[in-house]
Amino acid sequence: MGERRTVRQQLRLLPVVPSVLLLLLFLAAPVLWSFHASFTNAALTGRNARNPTWTGVENYARLLGDSAFPAAVVLTVTFVVASAVLGQNLLGLLIAGLMTRARKPVSAAVGTAVVAAWVLPEIVAAFAAYAYFSKDGTLNQLLGGVGAAGADWLYAYPMVAVVLANIWRGTAFSMLVYRAALADVPRDISEAALMDGAGGWQRLVFITLPLIRSSIATNLMLVTLQTLAVFTLIWVMTAGGPSNASTTLPVLAYQEAFKFGDIGYGTAIASVLIVLGLVFGIAYVRLLKGEKR
Amino acid sequence: MLRSTTSRPSSPPELLLGPLWNSFLLSGGTAAVTLVAAVLAAYPLSRFQSRFNRPFMYSILCGTCLPVTAIMVPVYGLFVQLRLLDSLPATVLFMAATALPMAIWMAKNFMDAVPLSLEEAAWVDGASGLTALRAVVLPLMRQGLGVVFIFVFIQTWGNFFVPFILLLSPSKQPASVSIFSFFGQHGAIAYGQLAAFSILYSVPVLVLYVLVARGAGGSFALSGAVKG
Repeated sequence: MGERRTVRQQLRLLPVVPSVLLLLLFLAAPVLWSFHASFTNAALTGRNARNPTWTGVENYARLLGDSAFPAAVVLTVTFVVASAVLGQNLLGLLIAGLMTRARKPVSAAVGTAVVAAWVLPEIVAAFAAYAYFSKDGTLNQLLGGVGAAGADWLYAYPMVAVVLANIWRGTAFSMLVYRAALADVPRDISEAALMDGAGGWQRLVFITLPLIRSSIATNLMLVTLQTLAVFTLIWVMTAGGPSNASTTLPVLAYQEAFKFGDIGYGTAIASVLIVLGLVFGIAYVRLLKGEKR
Repeated sequence: MLRSTTSRPSSPPELLLGPLWNSFLLSGGTAAVTLVAAVLAAYPLSRFQSRFNRPFMYSILCGTCLPVTAIMVPVYGLFVQLRLLDSLPATVLFMAATALPMAIWMAKNFMDAVPLSLEEAAWVDGASGLTALRAVVLPLMRQGLGVVFIFVFIQTWGNFFVPFILLLSPSKQPASVSIFSFFGQHGAIAYGQLAAFSILYSVPVLVLYVLVARGAGGSFALSGAVKG
């Protein structure tokens, strides 16, 4: 009797099987294979493509010795902190905050403009950013219109250009998260503080921010992960150049694996990124778990 | 395969419509596979208590955090070994797998909002679990199903990197990849064509987004996804 019940309970889980198979075959397997291949000399073509041999931690040792890798780590951290943690996050909060006070048509217009950049397919957004920052691009034409001299932004300041482009592209996400969060802040609390004579900044720091802190944490985690994985925007705008000046980890992994055909080395870089993603993922899950308690 | 080499360079309508059609196949296929798998998985997770539920949902949540660009190198390696490279169905399945964690999460939240009492009535009348799902639950979460489908569709339509790596022959590539060829090497860009094609390519997702945002009230995906 008891046995039949557990069998029936297990049968109930049958509909989960297609999803589990898909996730195992196409997500879990590549992750595991990545860790495995990063310890081999697997290559795109030639002898090592067919029979890769085990090379131990050689790829990882090369990572540390290769000057391109630490440089890419620094650039990735810069990119994530400047464009996601500071740019998208703060600007999103600012816009969301201003929108709660703005008139409806104004906030609708601003919202549409911000969200449009986010809804556009990534390749189109990347082209638009390229057309804006390139040598004969919109920015230099605008500067020329007021008599100022432009620069070849993508060559002279590639990181500034991709950071600004990513802020433009991704702020909508933070804005939407914070709009939802601010809408949940009870009006009477901040009105009570207003009666007690708290100024705008005081209300923001002591009332609003603590009330939406879980949204802030969630948002920070998600925009960090999204920005960590940005490839197309950088690839279209600068292709990682000039001479690796904007090569973040995803771009480096792509170059090593597909341009130079070194799959083993490419997967070593990919594995570092995967581990980073998992660390953030676990932290995110912890955060949500703690909140539910 | 042969057609692609003979007719590709010259005729503009095919140059335009072929990639858009491929985008449509890729996005529609991915959204359909994802939706079916996600709804099936969400049903037991939403309706039956099991020791398996919580760990599963948390690993799913973790899965949404996996940076997809990071796994493209190993996925390419895997596709080479399994001889799946340049296969549209395999690309659809991969993209469905990457969309699944978020889709399951959203589908479960939408399903949790459907009251259990109606379904229990169906059970009493002798309907099995899956019959109840089809006849009672799904019609009640129509809007949620639409949101998940469109969410995955938009995401796949806009994806450049995955088809760029996994689909090699131009006759199979979606608009996001073929549009990249207009871009040329830096310096020789056909701006007019690029802009025209970009607009044509962007319109479907803009329309779909407006449709969902209107229907579900603003921050559609986030209410289902972020708030948990």
